[in-house]
Amino acid sequence: MKEKILNILNGLRPEYDFRESANFIDEGMLDSLDVVNLVTDLEDAYGILIDGVDILPNNFSSVDSIINLLIKNGAKA
Amino acid sequence: MNLTFKHKKITGILTVLPKNEVKFEDEMSNYHFSESKALKLKVTMGYNKHHIVEDGVSVSDLCTFGLEYLFSQQLLAKDDIDALVLVTQSPDYFMPPTSSVIQGRAGLKQDIICMDINQGCTGYIIGLIQSFLLLDQPAINKVALLNADILSRKVSKKDHNSNPLIGDAASITIVEKSDSEETVHCNIKMDGTRYDALIIPAGGFRQPSTPETAVMEEDIDGNLRSKDNLVMKGDAIFNFMQTEVPPMVEEILQTAGVSKDEIDYYMFHQPNRFMLNKLADRLEVPREKMPSNVVGDFGNASGVSIPTVITYNLGDKLLTNRYKTCLAGFGVGLTWASMVVELDRLKFSSIIYY
Repeated sequence: MKEKILNILNGLRPEYDFRESANFIDEGMLDSLDVVNLVTDLEDAYGILIDGVDILPNNFSSVDSIINLLIKNGAKA
Repeated sequence: MNLTFKHKKITGILTVLPKNEVKFEDEMSNYHFSESKALKLKVTMGYNKHHIVEDGVSVSDLCTFGLEYLFSQQLLAKDDIDALVLVTQSPDYFMPPTSSVIQGRAGLKQDIICMDINQGCTGYIIGLIQSFLLLDQPAINKVALLNADILSRKVSKKDHNSNPLIGDAASITIVEKSDSEETVHCNIKMDGTRYDALIIPAGGFRQPSTPETAVMEEDIDGNLRSKDNLVMKGDAIFNFMQTEVPPMVEEILQTAGVSKDEIDYYMFHQPNRFMLNKLADRLEVPREKMPSNVVGDFGNASGVSIPTVITYNLGDKLLTNRYKTCLAGFGVGLTWASMVVELDRLKFSSIIYY
């Protein structure tokens, strides 16, 4: 799951190394429009719909937080 | 707050759009992001083109043009208008009220009440509430509700949060007394503690426009704008919508005693396709019942977005059919409101171009 998410992140913002970041949002690697694109990519990749109330910056700040978000919204770990 | 109205009906809706349209692709170079990101956003958010007024065009121009069209087509008699309610956040002047300017330009009678209401994304529902209240007066039989905004003037062309989606437009909705026993249900909520989530910081009396307020500054996301420009805290607005709107809609449907299936269309304010799809999913309403095509084809013209989504998607069908609709507006204020209302064989329902 982790590698798949990193691949998606790299596809969105290839100029950044997401493995080296402690917080994608605080470090300015993902802005609010990147999050919109990321949600769409994650939904397509995992065949789920992410609840609108879960689309909060904190849920996209790290690979671990994204994994938690996906599992909460029905993705298989 | 829950409100109900009886013996009131909407009898016609006209949307007035500026002819001038700007394509998303033509503005992409203004934004601080890659072409691939922009093209992806085009699909997700529904960005395509937006209609923007030419220099010099004002709210009173669009509204007067629409009224004169209705007079010329004999869809509305000038002297039948007993009240003119204008909802706008882009008035021609601080004073006088723009509704007075329109009354004069359209040659309406003097035995009339005109008023301006400063509201935005919820402005259509607030305008309908005000119109229904006026119709309780014996002297008032017909209200012309005007919604109009030209906020593109206040959005920085280098603001990728707001510029791709902003649109200019006006609408005229005629509201009259009715013999129908159908109840119009409405609810409205406000939270002024979050007033700065969507704001034009300078240009009013608190912070007048000066050379300093016109200085362009870059935000953390690479948007360039000044204090004279509209600023939207995108994350806060998105979260507000997703948390406040679904329970409001659930509540009004329950109050009105109708199931989700009994609503033919959910005609909501049009911030962008992504937000609307998320709202539809959360409400477990088919996306086809909640059209989201206004931002992509015309832009979001604040309080005009609901009449636009109605006229664009239903148009002539409204002349002969009857639809139970749930309307919802949400945004600046912050304010959020919804209404369950039947649209029943209108006298007119169309879009014209200025």
